This record gives sequence, structure tokens and C-alpha cells, in this order.
Amino acid sequence: MRWGNLTKFSVVVLGILAVFGYYISPLATSIKQGLDLQGGTHVVLEAVDTPEAKVDEDAVQRVVKIIEKRVNEIGLTEPIIQRQGERRIIVELPGISEPEKAIEMLGKTALLEFQDESGKTVMTGKDLKDAKAQIEQNKNNVVALEFSAEGAKLFGDLTTKNVSKHISILLDKKVLTNPVVNEPILGGKAVITGSRTIEEAQELAILLRSGSLPVKVDVLEMRTVGPTLGQDSKEKSKIAFAIGVGAIIIFMLLFYRMSGFVANITLLLYVLMLLFALKMLNATLTLPGIAGIILSIGMAVDANVLIFERFKEEYRAGKTLRAAMDAGFSRAFATIFDSNLTTLLAVAVLFFLGTGPIKGFAITLGLGIVLSMFTAITVTRFMLKMLMHTNVFKNGKIFGA
Amino acid sequence: MMKFDIIGKRYWFFALSAFVMIPGLLSIALQGFNLGIDFTGGTLLDLKFARPVSVTEVRAALQEYKLENSTIQLSASGQIEASPNVFIRTRELSDDERRTVLSGMEKSLGNFDTLRAEKVGAVIGSELTRNAILAVVVSWIFMIVYITYRFEFKFAVSGILAIVHDLIVVIGVFSLLQKEIDASFIAAILTIVGYSINDTIVIFDRIRENLKTHSKTESFSQLVNRSIWQTMTRSIYTVLTVVFATVALYLFGGETTKNFSLALLIGFMSGAYSSIFNASPIWVTWKEYEDRKRIAAKTGGSK
Repeated sequence: MRWGNLTKFSVVVLGILAVFGYYISPLATSIKQGLDLQGGTHVVLEAVDTPEAKVDEDAVQRVVKIIEKRVNEIGLTEPIIQRQGERRIIVELPGISEPEKAIEMLGKTALLEFQDESGKTVMTGKDLKDAKAQIEQNKNNVVALEFSAEGAKLFGDLTTKNVSKHISILLDKKVLTNPVVNEPILGGKAVITGSRTIEEAQELAILLRSGSLPVKVDVLEMRTVGPTLGQDSKEKSKIAFAIGVGAIIIFMLLFYRMSGFVANITLLLYVLMLLFALKMLNATLTLPGIAGIILSIGMAVDANVLIFERFKEEYRAGKTLRAAMDAGFSRAFATIFDSNLTTLLAVAVLFFLGTGPIKGFAITLGLGIVLSMFTAITVTRFMLKMLMHTNVFKNGKIFGA
Repeated sequence: MMKFDIIGKRYWFFALSAFVMIPGLLSIALQGFNLGIDFTGGTLLDLKFARPVSVTEVRAALQEYKLENSTIQLSASGQIEASPNVFIRTRELSDDERRTVLSGMEKSLGNFDTLRAEKVGAVIGSELTRNAILAVVVSWIFMIVYITYRFEFKFAVSGILAIVHDLIVVIGVFSLLQKEIDASFIAAILTIVGYSINDTIVIFDRIRENLKTHSKTESFSQLVNRSIWQTMTRSIYTVLTVVFATVALYLFGGETTKNFSLALLIGFMSGAYSSIFNASPIWVTWKEYEDRKRIAAKTGGSK
């Protein structure tokens, strides 16, 4: 019978070790990484009032739509565009190589205007149907415009009235081009010349296609992490993680022997579960988040230290191994519960009041505390009971007492 | 076994705490903090040049744009003349300005790789400070309510006082060493709050348990002394394990988490100290003061 129990115990231990060894690496890398780990740009934009246009709910919603459009047109993978509060928009652009350009484009009002010779605005970018960058036969980079039905009519009128006069096309009040009208243009098509490169023409086309922002938008905050630093941080956190966990594992083995061994096995299970939960919640792993995980491991061990210390006391007071272990678990539970709940309160505040990476840290630490209570109490208890039922180890010393 | 009388010597431990806190408080009053752009607003550039450059060279290059007052740091540790890794912290630059400065530096100092570029508006900075203070205060309110509910009000206040001690120690050390304080420091502070109270609660919990069975002949001091010693091994082991984790993070975790883990390290050690030598002794002092008042009132009434 006892050997049967020992086999069961060994199977559980080997099972956890095997799952850990096999899945830890693919699991860890499959979790979405924050910009500080993979490199990228984080931008906070704010819609601001100007004498011409005041910010209201509708304007901000339109700004979000337009910015989404622009980001998608640039063709980035997995961008995040998020409204924050009344007037702010957070844009996250992972793995971007030239953040400067992208940011410049995001914040541009891109108000296109067509003016007659006297400077009167006849039509705007709203009257466009499409805009495309093209290289003309004479190697000029141009943006080809296609007007809406309404726009085609307005443009026809404008060119008819201004034959052999200058008309101006302005972007954000700056003249892009002011050609002389040779003849009325009635087909609803026109080109804007003056782009120095095809990229420049493409950017302009994107801006025109996505439409102009209804209000002025300021860049409030911008953070770019280069891919080199991201990679470096990732490598270093991995090493720090391995060394930190390694030290804790050795410590537990030295001071609590067999109990420590069981605690270590459940610690591995805990790390697996935490990563799995983060993946399921679609959480983003950031650098402070990794720090939170390392820290939560320290706190997970605390629960076991509390239990084992209590066990030692009870055992020394004359209880049998099993009775002492039971008493250790039940007595330590209230302590663990109260102390962890107070910590959770601090974490909850961090979660609700923090932003970005701080929120990420709160999620990993909070989740860690909850999961570690389960592994450190329930799973450890289950495994220790199994081990004690084997009756192979009868001396309290083996369990650290 | 003869155990050292912690409660009896409590005023020595209070004095030791004061001894650690006072230089920090003086430093905060006199030289303040080295606040990062997260709080002040501004621009940060973290560049890695192809060749080692010196602070003087970088400053000279920035002079062209009237930015010679910027904070320039070589990120390699130790006192060295030149390093390829350079941190520049300066006023808030517009996107155009930043581009001009960067291309100017490329011309005068050679090629570099932009590791990090950050721009934070002053509005964001002041919001962060406000939110940080709000977060700490709100967390205290929650804790006071919870501890009062599970234990009693005096425990709650003693626990919070121990946290205040830890926070003063941490921000004092950061002011003394003029270490940069950024957004992640807030996360560190709140983690310390969480850890310190966790550590304290474990001892309070033992006191609560012992109170149920204690005999009339045992004084509060003796009971608390006993409780502290019963939980001493745990207190030491636990701080050791979290210190292992944080030291690993500090030594091997890379530049960006260095200050964060340093704050945690100081906070954890202070938290472990204050849980043992401040929180429960404050509670005893308060209890005994109340007892004396009650006895005085009784004897006063019987006359």
C-alpha cells in the first residue's frame, strides 16, 4: 500500500516537472509582450479647443475613428487605439521602425482646402472620394484625387470660373500647390503635384483618404523603446527570473527539506498557472509585470513558510506528523488570508488608479497572490498528505521540523 | 530559552528608526528629489553611440541648441570617462526640435542607435503625482477599514504608522542618493505598502491568537514579546526570499528596472524591520497608556 502511495506521489511530481519543462518556454513566449519588451511607440494624444473648433464628444469619437484609419493605412501589425477619459487617445504601435513619421501623421489635422484666386475656400477634403499616390510619366510624384459627386460639381465650377487664373490647394493652411487653370475640369479628378518623394506622396494620400481631424490634436506623451533595448530587457529579466527562483528553491530545500521540496514543486505549478492565466486573460506582459511575477513568487513562498513554521511548532509540542501538519495548515490559513487580503487591497488600488505598465504590474501581482494561495495551501497540502500516507518518511526532521 | 526583550527595549528601536529617517527627511527638505520626466515633463533620450563618448562631448553638441543645461548621464556603472550609452534628460522638445537635435548629434558625435525616446507633457507629470498620492492614501483608508474590521482600530493605526516609516526610509534614501524617481517608483511604493502591511499582519495575527488564551499574570509587553518571537523565524525567512528575488532583479535585471528594484529592496528590509520593531511596540505603548489612564481614572474615582 505504502509503495503504491509513493508511486502516486512520484507520478504527480514527475507530471508537474514534465509539464513545466515542456510548456514553460512556449507558454511564456506566447503571452503578448508590452512595448517595453518588444520595442515600439506609445503615444498619448489629446484633443484641444481652438477658437475655430471646440472639443465635444462627437469630435473626439471622430478623431478616434480617423486615427484608427490612419494607423491601419500605415499598415502596422496589432496597433492599439484606445480612448482614455474625455479627450485623450492612447495609440500603441508595436515594432515600428520610424516612429517619428507615424506620430507626425497621427497628429496632423490634414485639413485640405481648395481656394480661388481671392483666397475664398470653395471646397474641402470632405468632398474627396479617394486619394492615391502615383508616379506620372514625367517621373513627378503626385497624389491623384477623385472627388465625390458633389465635389466634382464644386471643382467643375471652381475651374470654370477661374480659367487662366491661379487656384490654391492648401493643407493645414499651407499652400501645397497653386496651379494655373488651363481649362475647366469636369471629370471629378485632379492631381496634387509637389511631393518630393513617392513616400511623401503616399503619406499625403493616406492623410487625405482618412479625412481631416475635426479638432486640433496635441501629442501629450510619447515613448519609444528601440527593439535593441526591448530584446536586452527581455534577456535580462529571464536571467533575473531564473536566478531569483533558483535561490528561493535552494533556500526552501535547505530549510524545509521534504516539505520544501513539495513547496518547490507547487511553486513550479504556480508559475505555470500564472502564465497560463495571463495568456487566457489576454494580458500584456511588461517589464514591471515581470517584476510583479518575481515578487509574487517570493510571496507565494511566504504562505508555505508560515505553514511549515506552524507545523514545526505543533510537532515540537508533541503532535504526530500528520496531526501537526493538519494543525499547521488550518492555523496558518487565517494568517495567510488576512495578510494576503490586505496586500490585495493595495494591489486593487494600484489597478484602478494606475495606468499602462503600472496596471500591468498590478494585474500580475494580484493574480499571483490569488493563485499562490491556491497552490501554496491546497496543492501543497494535498501532496504532503500523499507523501505522509506513504509512511516512508517518519521522522519530523525530514519535513524540516 | 531566554529571548531578547524587544518590547522592553522598544524606545531604542524607535530611536534607531528616527536615526535612519532624519537624514532622509533633511535631504528631502534641503535638496528634494531627482524627479524624472514622468513627473516634471520633458524629453528623455537614451542613445547608444557607435563609439564611447564623454559627457563633455555630449554637452558641447547640445550647446548648439541651447540645451547645455540638460541632465547627461553615462549609463555604464562606475566612474568612467566615456561610454557609448548616454541618457539625456531635457526640457520638453517638439517633434521637430528633437529631430534637429538628434541629426545634429549624429553629425558631431557619430552614428547612434536610439534605445529609448520619451516625451512627457507637464500636464501628465502633475497628474501622475496627484494620482500617486491619491493611490497611497486610498490604499491606507482601505487597510484601516479592513484591519479595524478583522482586528481593531489600534492595530490598524500602528500598522499604518509602520508603513509611513518604510515610505520615509525609501524616499529618504532616494533623495539622499539623488536616484531618479519615475513612474515605476510609484508601483514600487505601493508594493512596499502591500508587503509591509502583510508582514505586520502576520505578527498582529499571532498577538490576536495569543490574546484569546493569555493569562492575567502575563502583561501586554510579555504577550507581544512572545508573539514576535514565535513569528521571528517566519519574518526572517520571508524577507530573505523576497530579498533573493529583488537582488536578482537588481543585479541581473537590466538598466530600466534598476531603480525600481532598489526601491523594493530598501522597502522590504525596512518593512521587515518596522513590522517587528515598530508596529507591535507602538500598539503595546498605546495599550499600556490606555491602561494607565483607566487605572488612574479608577483610583481617582474611589477617593
